Amino acid sequence: MADIALAPRRAKTEIREATAWDKLRHNKNWLGFWFMLPALAFLIFFLAYPLGLGIWLSFTDARIGRVGHYIGTENYEWLWDDSIFWLSVFNTLIYTFIASAIKFAVGLYLALLLNERMPFKALLRAAVLIPFIVPTVLSALAFWWIFDSQFSIISWSLKHLGLITQNINFLGDSTWARICVIFANIWRGVPFVAITLLAGLQTVQPSLYEAATLDGASRWQMFRFITYPLLTPIIAVVMTFSVLFTFTDFQLIWAMTRGGPVNATHLMATLSYQRAIIAGQLGEGAAISSAMIPFLLAAIMVSWFGLQRRKWQQGESND
Amino acid sequence: MTDLPAQKADLKSILSTPARVDNSEGMSYLQSVPRRIVTLYIPLSIIVIILLFPFYWMGLTAIKPDDQLLDLDRYNPFWTWNPTFKHIHKLLFESYYPHWLWNTMYVAIGATVLSIIASVLAAYAIVRLRYKGANVVGGLIFLAYLVPPSILFIPLATVVFQYGLFDSPLALILTYPTILIPFSTWLLMGYFKTIPFELEECALIDGASRWQILIKIVLPLAIPGLISAFIFCFTLCWNEFIYALTFLQSTPNKTVPVAIVNEFVDGDIYRWGSLMAGALCGSLPLVILYAFFVEHYVSAMTGAVKE
Repeated sequence: MADIALAPRRAKTEIREATAWDKLRHNKNWLGFWFMLPALAFLIFFLAYPLGLGIWLSFTDARIGRVGHYIGTENYEWLWDDSIFWLSVFNTLIYTFIASAIKFAVGLYLALLLNERMPFKALLRAAVLIPFIVPTVLSALAFWWIFDSQFSIISWSLKHLGLITQNINFLGDSTWARICVIFANIWRGVPFVAITLLAGLQTVQPSLYEAATLDGASRWQMFRFITYPLLTPIIAVVMTFSVLFTFTDFQLIWAMTRGGPVNATHLMATLSYQRAIIAGQLGEGAAISSAMIPFLLAAIMVSWFGLQRRKWQQGESND
Repeated sequence: MTDLPAQKADLKSILSTPARVDNSEGMSYLQSVPRRIVTLYIPLSIIVIILLFPFYWMGLTAIKPDDQLLDLDRYNPFWTWNPTFKHIHKLLFESYYPHWLWNTMYVAIGATVLSIIASVLAAYAIVRLRYKGANVVGGLIFLAYLVPPSILFIPLATVVFQYGLFDSPLALILTYPTILIPFSTWLLMGYFKTIPFELEECALIDGASRWQILIKIVLPLAIPGLISAFIFCFTLCWNEFIYALTFLQSTPNKTVPVAIVNEFVDGDIYRWGSLMAGALCGSLPLVILYAFFVEHYVSAMTGAVKE
């Protein structure tokens, strides 16, 4: 009897209250927290904290090797009167606008071409993506050599075709330098746009085109009223990324021109590097890079919501 | 609008099975061959030639002898009949280039492995544990993807200096994950969502812990996603420039992109050969990796965008 009485009691003790330790190990929310911990630690220590620190630095007179003191908006006031800063803002806007627009146009065109049926399609698609794979700096160096003032292959070809008599001073002339860096940026960005849009294109049902052909639609009409509306969601995302990365571009400019000639190709990112790291004015550099944030937010809003609304309109009219 | 989710799910399967593309065959007979040449083959070949020309030029310059490099009148610049390995030899045996390659590799693998571990855990928790606020955290991680390194490098430089990591590869291994984690978390979230929930329920009933489920059930099924994330992160690390430029000082510690820009660019008029050889050798590992995993790259790119 005593044994029987004992056995259930022992069983009972096994179903004990969940201790704090058990909760830490099995509770869904705590478990979620443990799983998130490594990623969050990285993102907080090396992303969120520096982001805040950068904005704080822009209000101080920090230099390399010296902790800064709060000086209010002096850095920003200084930048407000700085013509080089405004030139870099102007350059960045032009660079972003022209490069993104052409990247979108050429990328979409290339995606449409690659979507056709043809031999060696997989090989072509793989080849198109190579500029995106190769490190930007290294391909920028190739462009630097292609655009060399004396030994440029482009100048050579044009001279032999009889179109020009003098070498074009590609990276020494401010207009040419801008065109060259924008070209290099487009060259590097087109594959990304094309391949992602191609993925979107392949989801469009062929039967839609067949129906449109029966209805007598032209190729342009098929693009305008079938392809484009169905692609808008993916276009919005791709262009948001494209604008974002073009606006904050640094390496291409740094490898090709370092902001020259006469600051004609200085972007905000390269200017902030020059002021903060090379000249040592951390506060001023931080102010320049913080000044990029509102532009970035605006660019994201425009490309995101601007295209998003069309998607809704289309969706409503289609339903 | 209503068919949007179906489209998203389709995306990957269509990319991985090119056979479906042949459905469009039905329409192509409407176009004559000359028309296809003008509207398709000519523009396509022009674009592809422009996209690939810089690499041809890079490779050609790397193996051209110096005298042919700068004498455009006597030699046709588009070809060379006597290639030389002088520039590559100089690069590999008379400079720190092997060091830089090793540094780049070391940093890229270190940062990628750290980020993949952190993102696997985070993505699994967001998709499957569904703890309180999981969606908000997912959104915040996506926002982190939109924070560009150009804004962060100045404050990060002071942080790195404070922690005593300046001029050490560890500085890059610890900072690169901020770029990689948001991307790979979103990519892996997409993959984890495709794994049937029932498998995990079975395992839970059989008494598996969450950790065991992740290691023994989810990860083996998500291997294509892991490969995509891994090679894409590796490429991003190899490509990264501004952090490496800011945080590394001494010549032997540099990574390939920074070292080539800083160490090879001197006043020497004959620098082009070794410069292009350096660029070529720095690109080749990635191109080779890419050649083996084209489909994974494409799915990584489109996977991160489609979310």
